[in-house]
Amino acid sequence: MRKAESSMDVIKVDKLVKKFGDFTANDHLSFQVKKGEIFGFLGANGAGKTTAIKILCGLSAPTEGRVEVAGFDVEHQTEKVKKSIGYMSQKFSLYEDLTVFENIRLFGAIYGLSAGLIRERSERMLKNLGLYEQRNRLIGNLSLGWKQKLAFSVAILHRPQIVFLDEPTSGVDPVTRRQFWELIYQAAAEGITVFITTHYLDEAEYCDRVTIMADGKIEALETPRKLKKQFDCETMNEVFLKLTRPH
Amino acid sequence: MKQLWVFIKKESKHIFRDSRTLGVLFLMPLAQILIFGYVISTEIKDARIGVYNKANDYTSHQVTERLISSGYFKVVAYFSNKAEMETSLRRGNIQMAVVFPGDFGNLMQSSDGAPLQLVADASEANTAQMLVNYAQGIVNRYGWEKTGDIDQTTLPIQIDVRMFYNPSLKGVFMSVPGIMAMILILVSAMMTSISITREKEFGSMEVLLISPLKPWQIIVGKVAPYVLLSFVNAATILLVGILIFEVPMNGSWLLLGFINLIYILLSLSLGIFISTVANSQMVAMFISLFALMLPTILLSGFIYPIENMPDPLQWLSLLMPPRWYIQSVKDVMFKGAGFFVVWKELLIMISFLSAFMILSVKNFKIRLE
Repeated sequence: MRKAESSMDVIKVDKLVKKFGDFTANDHLSFQVKKGEIFGFLGANGAGKTTAIKILCGLSAPTEGRVEVAGFDVEHQTEKVKKSIGYMSQKFSLYEDLTVFENIRLFGAIYGLSAGLIRERSERMLKNLGLYEQRNRLIGNLSLGWKQKLAFSVAILHRPQIVFLDEPTSGVDPVTRRQFWELIYQAAAEGITVFITTHYLDEAEYCDRVTIMADGKIEALETPRKLKKQFDCETMNEVFLKLTRPH
Repeated sequence: MKQLWVFIKKESKHIFRDSRTLGVLFLMPLAQILIFGYVISTEIKDARIGVYNKANDYTSHQVTERLISSGYFKVVAYFSNKAEMETSLRRGNIQMAVVFPGDFGNLMQSSDGAPLQLVADASEANTAQMLVNYAQGIVNRYGWEKTGDIDQTTLPIQIDVRMFYNPSLKGVFMSVPGIMAMILILVSAMMTSISITREKEFGSMEVLLISPLKPWQIIVGKVAPYVLLSFVNAATILLVGILIFEVPMNGSWLLLGFINLIYILLSLSLGIFISTVANSQMVAMFISLFALMLPTILLSGFIYPIENMPDPLQWLSLLMPPRWYIQSVKDVMFKGAGFFVVWKELLIMISFLSAFMILSVKNFKIRLE
């Protein structure tokens, strides 16, 4: 599909190991993500995706190995990493009892944007989304699709280098998912790297590159086209089943 | 600092937009103090009694006069026979009847003393007991005065020991500091622990932790609005207590405010600690209720006097932060005590506060892993 414009690596993971007692959640993961790339992170439940994302976002420290995000070491320069990334998960999409604009203002200010900049960017963003008229409505009154699109836009309001999306499209209808991916492409075109986990394998086809994790290890890392060729499959769905089904 | 400020504003909006919870928060203290003040009041005032006087002599009239002038009793009926008296009791027109035997005055001079019957409506067991006790006390004192018995040996009537702990017979005095202790710990600890666990449940805590906000900013931001709210609550209870129930305020307002501030911070730190242990709002609520509310009511000296407890419970009550709060508030309000009287209680509360803060910070970090 699209090619990444720059070869600069914004995420560098080198032999990452994360252990909880005897259990190894991440077993020597190594990969790089390029600037502006849409990087799909797939795997069955319990494969270690969430653990890896938490480490990349600086929420949890690696047991072994080295992880660099936006040029900073996640273990020792956590604060700098946090300022350079955005995050959105399926579980939380903004505060329901605050209005659209109040949510934007809150997160804008948390990420250190000035009031003027927040107003300017949010106006453009809301008009782009077609939500400008609704800016004073409570989030609780919006549909899930709108909430998720808005949450994504809020997550990139401070123009992070990388945005982490943890199953952002769970539970939304196909039309909204399509619109959501258009937003992702827009962000990537502006140079924001997108790191996304998903359970919808048709979405994996939209990614520039995809990794598939199983039992804490990376089983494959390639463009969707090459993966399908390599495993002799028609769809990413088949590739996924081949790699994650117990042998 | 700007980040912290927007976060505090956000938290305040959560509180003010949840009008039901807000109503509960503001009305609860009012309801509590009115309930404790009026309903559970151990005070007796103008109890309705009837007099069945078979003697109709000077002495019996004087005894009746004494009962009335005490202010506790109001004579609403005089009976001429037993049936009238019983009907009146059954109907609830009177709460107690006083029956003087014939020749009451002369019998009092005899060595056996005069028999005086008190018939109380025991369907209200506690009230009946109390009325009888009060009346006994008044009658005895009259008897001793008349017979000149200074040693008080001739009328071997025992007054119930429970009166000892409430000698002024004012129930509301005792309960105002207790109600404040309970409300403040409830609002502060329960509401903060619920509001922090709510963010965990919704997943927003994750988003906040990934953001550049520092953990202490998240905690201070969540807790700050409740400090203000708790202060308003404390002031409400105090005002109602002082204006409606005429609770005395003999000490320094500044010192009282400081004691309250320390106690509120202590309760908040407890709430934060609970939120690091509990993962859902339900769990947070139940821990707050059972681990905080009940001990506050039962072990802090709020309702049951600590001096009456068995030793192990007395030791346990030493570990109850509300106990020290209630004690210091009573000292300041009723006795007008200054800083050098209550410094020990303050120091104990500050130690609790530091301990819970350290524990919470430790737990909070562990949870992040």
